[in-house]
Amino acid sequence: MSDFGEALVASAGLLTGLNPDLLEIIRLSLFVTLTAVCIATIIGIPLGGLLAVKRFPGRGFVVLVIDTFMGLPPVVVGLIVYLWLSRSGPLGVLGLLYTPTAMIIAQCLLVTPIIAALSRQVIADAHGQYDEQLRSLGAARWQRIATLLWETRTSLLVTVLAGFGRANAEVGAVMIVGGNINHVTRVMTTSVAYETSRGNLTQALALGIVLILIAMLLTLLLHQLRRLNVEPG
Amino acid sequence: MMRHPPDSLFPLAVSGLDFSVGGERLLSGLSFELEGKGCTAILGPNGSGKTLLLRLCHGMLTPTAGSIRWGEATPVQALPSQAMVFQLPAMLNRSVRANIDYALRLRRVPRDERQRLVQEAVELCGLTEVVGRNARVLSGGERQKLAIARAWVTRPRALLMDEPTSELDPLATREIESMIQRVVAQGVRVILATHDMNQVRHLADDVLFLEYGRLRAHLSIRDFLNYQGDDTMRDFVAHPTRSGAIS
Repeated sequence: MSDFGEALVASAGLLTGLNPDLLEIIRLSLFVTLTAVCIATIIGIPLGGLLAVKRFPGRGFVVLVIDTFMGLPPVVVGLIVYLWLSRSGPLGVLGLLYTPTAMIIAQCLLVTPIIAALSRQVIADAHGQYDEQLRSLGAARWQRIATLLWETRTSLLVTVLAGFGRANAEVGAVMIVGGNINHVTRVMTTSVAYETSRGNLTQALALGIVLILIAMLLTLLLHQLRRLNVEPG
Repeated sequence: MMRHPPDSLFPLAVSGLDFSVGGERLLSGLSFELEGKGCTAILGPNGSGKTLLLRLCHGMLTPTAGSIRWGEATPVQALPSQAMVFQLPAMLNRSVRANIDYALRLRRVPRDERQRLVQEAVELCGLTEVVGRNARVLSGGERQKLAIARAWVTRPRALLMDEPTSELDPLATREIESMIQRVVAQGVRVILATHDMNQVRHLADDVLFLEYGRLRAHLSIRDFLNYQGDDTMRDFVAHPTRSGAIS
């Protein structure tokens, strides 16, 4: 317990002292996660919207696949991306393995199904609620889509934040495809695992605190957004 | 500019109208004609096809067989000239004013004209007190008023209403009925699906009575109220409350 206390005090010192190594890791983590979530949002929301409002052959299968992929084990994703990006893999020629790009790809694969599946549900609910009313008011197809997106903006943002939370906490896949290389691909989660294995609890705990703070900030944001969505505007 | 309704919207001619879903015929062989003034009540027990008929006339559904013509136009072509108030209208998550304004923005009405038209609709429908409030926190009666305002603001020639007072208390019902009377007085053709015989007495000029998806009768209000047959329609006339409860 006293070890924990000492480590906690020392990690607070690292954070308040703006330790450059620590900041580099935090910066890279946020860069990888934010880039992955942006790409996943650009793919996931239109895909979710399409599945919500369009009926086409094979739609049920696509929905099933996406829903299944929501719970994809990260290490499996990491392994698949590793096989594709490794020197003997189909994309090995790109030389992306053990780079932040590989980590972004892995996180994208993990987060896109989450954003697509959640936004499909959000948009499907809104479509059921509004579509006939909007058609009745004379809205053209593009006007209906724009209105649905606007009306569901808060819920869609919540799905993006859920994706961000998932990506930010990810360790298995990014460890496999990033390799946890110091100053290159070391991010907060992989660093926590690495430093803990070395017995360097101070740095591990400092990064753990940052991860918890980010999770708290996200939760706070989600609560605020939910309140905004139901309160009179 | 707002598209003005064509003069040739009437008569509304429904001919041999059938509508089936999954092989089950929900409307069968409906034929009638409505002229361009007054208020028609569509009456009948639950499941008789009242809402379905309104949706078909509004262009939300396509008939399985037969035809619906608003003058020379199909329901979809006539959509800019008619509006519908649903039993449970969907409100956008924005203010009362913005909800009404939305209907005009869809029609690319210039901003100045929009402001004037929204103000008129707010006053006509008694929404002045709640104009800045979010539409989702309105009471049932206020929601229906807003739905009528949003429909009326586009200056439709015909207004279709699907049981607009079914969820309301007597006071709110009377307010909505007086709004409907004001709308009819302005020359808007109202077609109203309802269970409420008092409403039929107050508002309707004629009655379309549906049963099991068929048109039993199209009568003037006087002939309908004096109907002496021995069947469901007579039950509606003679025991309005019981008929409503049964239906």
